[in-house]
Amino acid sequence: MAELSPTILSQSGLAEAVFKESGQNVNLCYQCRKCAAGCPISYAMDYKPAQLIHAIRLGMDDLVFGSKTVWLCASCETCTTRCPQEVDVAKVMDAVKIIALRQGVKPAIPRVASFYRAALANIKKCGRMFELGMIVGLKLRTFEFFKDAGLGMKMMKKGKLKVVPSLGGAWTTWKIFRRVKRFEKKNRNS
Amino acid sequence: MTVTYAYYPGCSLHSTGSEYDVSFKAVCEKLGVEIQEIKGWVCCGTSPAHCTSRLLSLALPLQNLCLAEKMGLTEVVAPCASCFARLKTAIHEVDEDPEVEGQLRDILGTSLPKSVNVVSPLELFSNGADVASAVTRDLSGLKVVCYYGCLLTRPPKVMQFDECEYPMSMDRLLGSAGIETLDWSCKTDCCGGALSLTETDVVLKLTRDIFEEAKAVGANAIAVACPLCHANLDTRQAEVEQKYGAQYGLPSFYFTQLMGLAFGVPADKLGLHKHFVSADGLLPDICKG
Repeated sequence: MAELSPTILSQSGLAEAVFKESGQNVNLCYQCRKCAAGCPISYAMDYKPAQLIHAIRLGMDDLVFGSKTVWLCASCETCTTRCPQEVDVAKVMDAVKIIALRQGVKPAIPRVASFYRAALANIKKCGRMFELGMIVGLKLRTFEFFKDAGLGMKMMKKGKLKVVPSLGGAWTTWKIFRRVKRFEKKNRNS
Repeated sequence: MTVTYAYYPGCSLHSTGSEYDVSFKAVCEKLGVEIQEIKGWVCCGTSPAHCTSRLLSLALPLQNLCLAEKMGLTEVVAPCASCFARLKTAIHEVDEDPEVEGQLRDILGTSLPKSVNVVSPLELFSNGADVASAVTRDLSGLKVVCYYGCLLTRPPKVMQFDECEYPMSMDRLLGSAGIETLDWSCKTDCCGGALSLTETDVVLKLTRDIFEEAKAVGANAIAVACPLCHANLDTRQAEVEQKYGAQYGLPSFYFTQLMGLAFGVPADKLGLHKHFVSADGLLPDICKG
């Protein structure tokens, strides 16, 4: 298990969980809000990245897990690049998602979580992303059958979507997924 | 001795971004760069992996680097910006965290590659390739803005490539190919990436900002180095125009397509016909001839 920095005297359970998951110490944040200023998507977020970091420090689990912020994050890494305290904010966003999914919290934007699941199921089974199959998988999870249907048809016509998956690496990815799951279970129990 | 690069195309270059694949190979051929596709490569996991499992997000890229090493190759080239970032991140995190390194060794059932170096094609072609003397076609009508996007340069600690807030490698490369590039302020802005399928409105807003800025500086084309950027800027441009009542008509090219054109490669060999926003009006002699 990772050891906590000795400078931290007490901290919220959520901050500790984020640290354990990502190695990121949110207590280093002094609220300069560069992350919020640079975030291209903060206009659409209910809580700006700096506010979310603060809520993690304060242990406001309901606010953090109920917020759309982490699900809207596009992982553009602008916040991570600019943080003067070297907090990897994008990694904190990932950590919150990972913790939420592990705890079975309903994602604030379920279709983003559905996209992750559809994509991963696809990679596991096919070895490489079979985009058409992934999109069908996503639609079966979200019931948004007509979203982007026209765009998809046009992409097919242009030969931009493969109709048949290449299954060459399927056995490899299936094995990696299974072993990762086993290690994650072991890490949780340790 | 010339280096042979292990080529990691990644999933997009075999489907939605196949133009990047064919044009990258065409440019390699013209510049005498040797590449060998990694045998049995698998998906790098991209955002769905790093947003849901740290171990998985590192195991998948490392698997590919192990395969490259088995082929006896230590230089890997990954054109897709997301693959490039995931491969570099995996190397970086394993270096930083011995505990996770041990777990990944067990998961992959092999020792991890020690001396593998991952580069983007921008880096590869900037490293002493004689671009200028391969040019056979005049593209002086083009006014291109170079759109690097997020992941080629960020986070700089991991990527260690170019200047993270104001990169110039693509500008210089296209400049050596006789193509005019313009200064603008959106070089490393985000297009919304994988939110395209789930939060489409965000992508439409972010790409609109990019088109507006490109138009404002007088560009007539955008050059990219990422299949996701290309999908958002090209396939969704009509949607952006409709939503915001604007008219952009800005063709987006992979920078390798522009280099290929400058080197005299026929347009159909570079996948130009696959673009949604046609370049026929911009390059009438090349696209129709």
